[in-house]
Amino acid sequence: MKPQSCVNIKKEWDIVGARQLGREIAKKIGFGIVDQARIATAISELARNIYLYAEQGQICFDVIDTMEHKGICVTANDSGPGISDIGQVMQDGYTTSGGLGAGLPGVKRLMDEFDLKSVENKGTQIKTTKWVR
Amino acid sequence: MDDVIKFDAATYKDLLKHYIKTKSEKSLYEVEKVSKSFIKNNILPEEIVNLHIQALSELYPDLSEDFQHSMNFLLETMISYGLAHQEFQKLREEQLALKSEISVAASMQETLLGTTKPSIEGIDLGVISVPAHQMNGDYHHFVKGKDGSLGIAIADVIGKGIPAALCMSMIKYSMDSYPEETMSPRAILKNLNRVVERNVDPSMFITMFYTHYLPSESKLLYASAGHEPGFYYNAAEETFEEIVTKGLVLGVSRDSDYQQYELKIKENDMVILLTDGVTECRDGDRFIESEEVLDVIKHYAHLPAQEMVDQVYKHFERLQDFQLRDDFTLLVLRKKASE
Repeated sequence: MKPQSCVNIKKEWDIVGARQLGREIAKKIGFGIVDQARIATAISELARNIYLYAEQGQICFDVIDTMEHKGICVTANDSGPGISDIGQVMQDGYTTSGGLGAGLPGVKRLMDEFDLKSVENKGTQIKTTKWVR
Repeated sequence: MDDVIKFDAATYKDLLKHYIKTKSEKSLYEVEKVSKSFIKNNILPEEIVNLHIQALSELYPDLSEDFQHSMNFLLETMISYGLAHQEFQKLREEQLALKSEISVAASMQETLLGTTKPSIEGIDLGVISVPAHQMNGDYHHFVKGKDGSLGIAIADVIGKGIPAALCMSMIKYSMDSYPEETMSPRAILKNLNRVVERNVDPSMFITMFYTHYLPSESKLLYASAGHEPGFYYNAAEETFEEIVTKGLVLGVSRDSDYQQYELKIKENDMVILLTDGVTECRDGDRFIESEEVLDVIKHYAHLPAQEMVDQVYKHFERLQDFQLRDDFTLLVLRKKASE
């Protein structure tokens, strides 16, 4: 696995930076334009969550390149308030931003694998992967 | 899914090519069918845009780069639509699952609360009860006494839907435990009031009208717990009179007492009991007047009681564009003319 590249998220503008880096990596790995767009949208959602609810955190990218498959792993880390009811935020139709954000269920749909760890008042880590088809 | 895309990619390209050349309606009709197959196979909008991009680049290899970029831009704007579509699909599945669960509950409720219309000599009875949604918050119950008397309860839970329906089961089982023949309407309401007050959430109230008909004396004994007033139809004078009662709704105060009233009825006289789903029917945005209910009842008064309530229901169902806003229960008791 190649060394991780990360983008700090503090201001809204950083969301764009994270999207851009993620898209470049995805393109290099060999994702088509539809998947590039999906990965960028997932990154947006994750970065926006950090910006809105945790104030600061990081989006990190790993390239996975093994014998069997290639893919991108996007990890969002923050030291924010954490998620008290994970079941609720993973539910369709639940969103605190007025129904326009795709929310975490959207991220899960855009990517192939999704894992979430959260400790209240400590922070949240969301790790999500997409494979090249 | 990938197979569908591959198959449709070829078809799409051919259709597009044909359309550009001929502008024929036929290719538009064909692509409508392709579009339906996309929906059926959950193909997302961004994938369709991508299909279009590929078809274009095959048909026009020299397409300007600016134009290609613009197509990628379009694809990007479709991503959120795709997500919204998936969410919508998922919610629709969940809704179907919920609906079928509720319909199981509704049929169970029907079994639990079922009551059969008894046949009592000298009396013509008609009743219809239709829920606005799947579960009924109205309730009616007949008790035929060994002495030939008839007990009728009609009730309405303030509050709708499933909680209301659950609440009604409790009422029914409390009533089943009473030795009705020996109990007066006033005692039944007093007793039920205590049951409701103790067992039901304070935000929920139940209104009930209970009447006991004694055929030997052609006499009705009745009491009401804040229920929508019924009507007495005097056949000789062809007039309606509101059945005025006093009494607090069930569940408000532990020590409510209920006044009992009496009414003698003559041949062809009718007693009409109902819930507010009847009197609060709406015609557009306008609530109907209770005179209108009576006019409709009068219009069908020549029919046997059951046909009469059925016709009255049909009238109001049509008036409300076949969408009931509240549970609708109408019950008619008529003293038959002696033969």
